[in-house]
Amino acid sequence: MTGSAMDALSVLDRPNSYIGKTVPRPNLDRLLQGRGQYVSDLELPRMAHVVFLRSPHAHARIVSIDADAARRMPGVVAVVSGRELETVITPWVGVLSHMKGLKSAPQRAIAVGRVCWQGEAVAAVVATSRAAAEDAAEQIAVDYEQLDAVTDMRTALDPSTPIIHASLGDNLAFERALHAGDVDLALSGSDAVVEAEFLFGRHTGVTLEPRAVVADWNAAEARLTIYQGTQAPHMVQNIAALHLGLKETQVRVVCKDVGGSFGIKVHIYADEMATYALSKLLRRPIKFVADRVESFNTDIHARDHRCKGRIGVKQDGTITAFEIDDLTGIGPYSMYPRTSAVEANQVVNLVGGPYLTQNYRARARVVFQNKNVMCQYRAVGHPIACSVTEGLVDLAAAKIGMDPVEIRRRNLIADDAYPCTSPSGMKFERLSHHASLTKLLQMMDYEGLRAEQAALRGTKVHRGIGIASFIEITNPSAAFYGVGGAKISSQDGVAVRLDAQGSVICQTSITEQGQGSESLTAQIVGSVLGVSMDRVRVILGDTDNTPYGGGTWASRGAGIGGEAALQAAKVLRANILDVAAAILQSTPAGLDIAGNSVVDAIDGTPRIELSELARIVYFRPDTLPPGIRPELMATRHFVPRQYPFAFTNGVQASWLEIDTETGFIKLLKHWVVEDCGTIINPQLVDEQIRGGVVQGLGAALFEKCIYDERGQLTNANMADYLVPMSGEMPDIEIGHVVSPTLESELGAKGAGEAGTAGAAAAVANAVNDALRPFGVIITEIPLTPQVILTALGRI
Amino acid sequence: MKAAAFAYARATSVVNALELLAAHGDKAKVLSGGQSLMPAMNLRLLSPDLLVDIGGLAELQGVAVKGGTLVIGALTRHVDLLRSAEVALHAPLLREAAAHIAHPAIRNRGTLGGSLAHADPASELPACIAVLDATIVVRAPSGERRIAATEFFKGIYETALLPQELLVAVEMPARGKGSAFFFQEYARRHGDYAIAGLAARATIDDGRFSDLRLGFFAVGDRPLLAAAASKLTNVSVTPTVLADAAATLVDELDPQGDQQASPAMRRHLAQVLLRRCVAALLARPDLETGAAQ
Ligand SMILES: Cc1cc2nc3c(=O)[nH]c(=O)nc-3n(C[C@H](O)[C@H](O)[C@H](O)COP(=O)(O)OP(=O)(O)OC[C@H]3O[C@@H](n4cnc5c(N)ncnc54)[C@H](O)[C@@H]3O)c2cc1C
Repeated sequence: MTGSAMDALSVLDRPNSYIGKTVPRPNLDRLLQGRGQYVSDLELPRMAHVVFLRSPHAHARIVSIDADAARRMPGVVAVVSGRELETVITPWVGVLSHMKGLKSAPQRAIAVGRVCWQGEAVAAVVATSRAAAEDAAEQIAVDYEQLDAVTDMRTALDPSTPIIHASLGDNLAFERALHAGDVDLALSGSDAVVEAEFLFGRHTGVTLEPRAVVADWNAAEARLTIYQGTQAPHMVQNIAALHLGLKETQVRVVCKDVGGSFGIKVHIYADEMATYALSKLLRRPIKFVADRVESFNTDIHARDHRCKGRIGVKQDGTITAFEIDDLTGIGPYSMYPRTSAVEANQVVNLVGGPYLTQNYRARARVVFQNKNVMCQYRAVGHPIACSVTEGLVDLAAAKIGMDPVEIRRRNLIADDAYPCTSPSGMKFERLSHHASLTKLLQMMDYEGLRAEQAALRGTKVHRGIGIASFIEITNPSAAFYGVGGAKISSQDGVAVRLDAQGSVICQTSITEQGQGSESLTAQIVGSVLGVSMDRVRVILGDTDNTPYGGGTWASRGAGIGGEAALQAAKVLRANILDVAAAILQSTPAGLDIAGNSVVDAIDGTPRIELSELARIVYFRPDTLPPGIRPELMATRHFVPRQYPFAFTNGVQASWLEIDTETGFIKLLKHWVVEDCGTIINPQLVDEQIRGGVVQGLGAALFEKCIYDERGQLTNANMADYLVPMSGEMPDIEIGHVVSPTLESELGAKGAGEAGTAGAAAAVANAVNDALRPFGVIITEIPLTPQVILTALGRI
Repeated sequence: MKAAAFAYARATSVVNALELLAAHGDKAKVLSGGQSLMPAMNLRLLSPDLLVDIGGLAELQGVAVKGGTLVIGALTRHVDLLRSAEVALHAPLLREAAAHIAHPAIRNRGTLGGSLAHADPASELPACIAVLDATIVVRAPSGERRIAATEFFKGIYETALLPQELLVAVEMPARGKGSAFFFQEYARRHGDYAIAGLAARATIDDGRFSDLRLGFFAVGDRPLLAAAASKLTNVSVTPTVLADAAATLVDELDPQGDQQASPAMRRHLAQVLLRRCVAALLARPDLETGAAQ
């Protein structure tokens, strides 16, 4: 092989590449031996703990707060009200300029004058321990005057409903309308038009480690260090600085291990802002760790949507149009800084996305209510769009008597039709709906299952098959937040350097919350450099010590941070080969790096170990030929520019059995085929998908934040809020189709949300398939036994 | 979610535990497995001044057959019910039920005495001991008393136990083989409290029940020993007989509604349980689907 042939080979296909291999994560031993660095475990000298006294009412005026008794309790450092904290931290408004018309009211770290949801903080109690602070919180007397609570999103816009924020004029936060093609004409020319209203339960992320922050204001340095389990350290830095009146250089955000995020930890919460401010006010480290009850009451909720949908279809199966009218209630404020309009906006963007029809009309309305705030959680908007789209497609198929697979075959965008644009303007670079569907049918033995289903129906066993095709937004460019004025970076950076013993230090701006960011970065750097992974040390989650970047959310870590790592490693490799060529009196093209040594590019003979090269560079530069200036550290940044998003696609299937006497559903099996482009670590990808599916199945069958009509969350605990558990989960089989994105050399798209996007849709379709003999159709999740029995008329 | 401050005493004997309870009245709480008490304290639903830990008392441990009686100590853990040979032989219903209680970590700590004293109407064990005709042995400073299981449960978290009393053991006839048992419950997830459940013991002669005890749980404020059973004893069970029994059962029930199930759903599920129980015990699948379908 010649040198130039080597260059033609992709950097990913090098000998001993780690790309596409399941290698153990470098951080496993550390985590398994209990040496994880979670903020919840952090102790600092003079650190005090804050507990927030939270409103028991959904909407009330705060008449007075009497904290005298609390201040006298043992261990209490301070009791601080919203007014006192206002002197340290300014309020914020969660809007983005590209979401036209989006409005919200100023939100404060601690309520001033009025509380707008059950769980909003009214006072902070700082004490020497969490228990002492809780004891003191019980002694605070707050006099509330209850106000009418707006709880039902359906009546939030009625003239008779009170307006939550008078200054806004109404309870409408955001509205978007879209019309592409000609829906009326298409529907009137259809053989059948089917419609349904789809209901989605409000639910939440339930991270294993709750939200946790330690804020440490060092008055001597005039610097705030924030230790926080977050997905976006630089975003936290920017916002903390902005509202505390500091420069960004005065704020350092450190984010080591995080016990699960799922989008819950990508926002700025009032209580976290209050914790930063308290540290500045009290000039000492302050720790806030949400307990489980306040997690349910204050971690963002998601998915509280009611969406009316309509589909037109011809007798030959051609889908003629989609139409939706989506309504969602987001709580009293649009969340900061990503806003609470994004989920509804995504629903509009994504409905009908896998299909050919260009006729599409959509309206989405986002209203305020006196409930906990709603915002982005894993697969933002996707599960709603997918459930509505795939539910409608199945209803259309049933109406014209066509098999659900067949109608999809006839309407999914052809695999050779790319690039193309959806009616909502989404640009698709390359998707593989048909190849994915074909693979799925093979994996599940579709015909066999249909036969089994038919045979069992004779014995009164009711099983159902549900299919759901989906698209997923990954690798977002500045189109997501940057263009709307939010200081949330869409680019990421990686710095790589060769150390004196030939090992590699790699600093990246993406973060690790358990999904394997550390591992994929080490795999890429090791492969591209020709260095074994055990020599690559990855540093992340520290604004003082990593390049500037967005972090890990929206399925962007591997695709964007991974590409930056690849490019940085390429530059370092070239730099190393330049030095090696000078030392060895060869040419860079005649050399390569493999197995931690510089080798002959043609026959692979080792020429000089990297450790030896590093020794010369760092300790005996005097022996290098004149003019050689080694640069053994390289930095590269990457952001997608050509496509606003790298869309991925896939298809899921559910096989389940319903006990029609008890209403209980047993999930028998679940399949996913997805296309995330280049797969860096198959096991990490598969486990991302499985985890995502489980969260989707939670939404389908179990999870729901149950509010009463007064705005009280009635199941804010792990006994009553049902998270999906292993005992109820089916085996989940995963297959892949690989269509790399050409926007990056790595070719990786995201895989973090695909599982969540389509799981509930597949289950709902399977339930309706199983219940077909009963003539029952359910378009509501969670599909509880109560819902099933009611639909069947058993109760 | 931190408990309010409390004092802790590790009882050295049953007598010592009773002294402590007598001295502190209803300000003290017995700590057994802690699986119900500690969560309630962490949520500050309960804030006792003193915990009297009985966990180390050998007098309250062990499963033994004495004469014709199976005696199970109050400190017997749920996991012990799963493992004990005596329980397997004389009260297999308890073993079957224990497999449905929570998860291994909780079964390793939770105790029979704690479960009965706690008297959650959705618990499995109270219904089982009612079905098994058990007697609950209780000690007070003044001495011991025996309460029939059917008299022990008074309502949601309410029992015949007085604050200064300690539940020390449960006794039941050691019957060996000869009875047939049925246990089934519907819970949203494995290990969750049931939304409806049935524990049953039957004696069957020639395809008929000569004795049938039906213990429903999670469908009322306490375990219900259903009178509907009498409709099924000493008769040849036909769909009509079964439907009649189901109608009687519905009249007996006064279920609560909660987030998992409305009262109507619980009534419905109780009837499903009844049909499935009778069909399974008599090995008559034809009876299972009943009128519905
Ligand atoms: C997640 C979870 C799931 C669960 N699921 C189930 C389930 O499905 N089914 C079920 O039945 N249970 C369930 N439980 C409860 C569990 O079975 C408890 O162990 C049981 O209810 C109480 O037993 P304990 O030994 O832990 O009692 P403790 O918690 O120690 O005490 C409970 C109460 O009984 C009193 N008490 C205890 N022992 C005595 C005694 N000897 N004399 C007088 N008073 C006494 C205590 O003072 C206290 O008031 C669950 C618990 C958890 C945490």
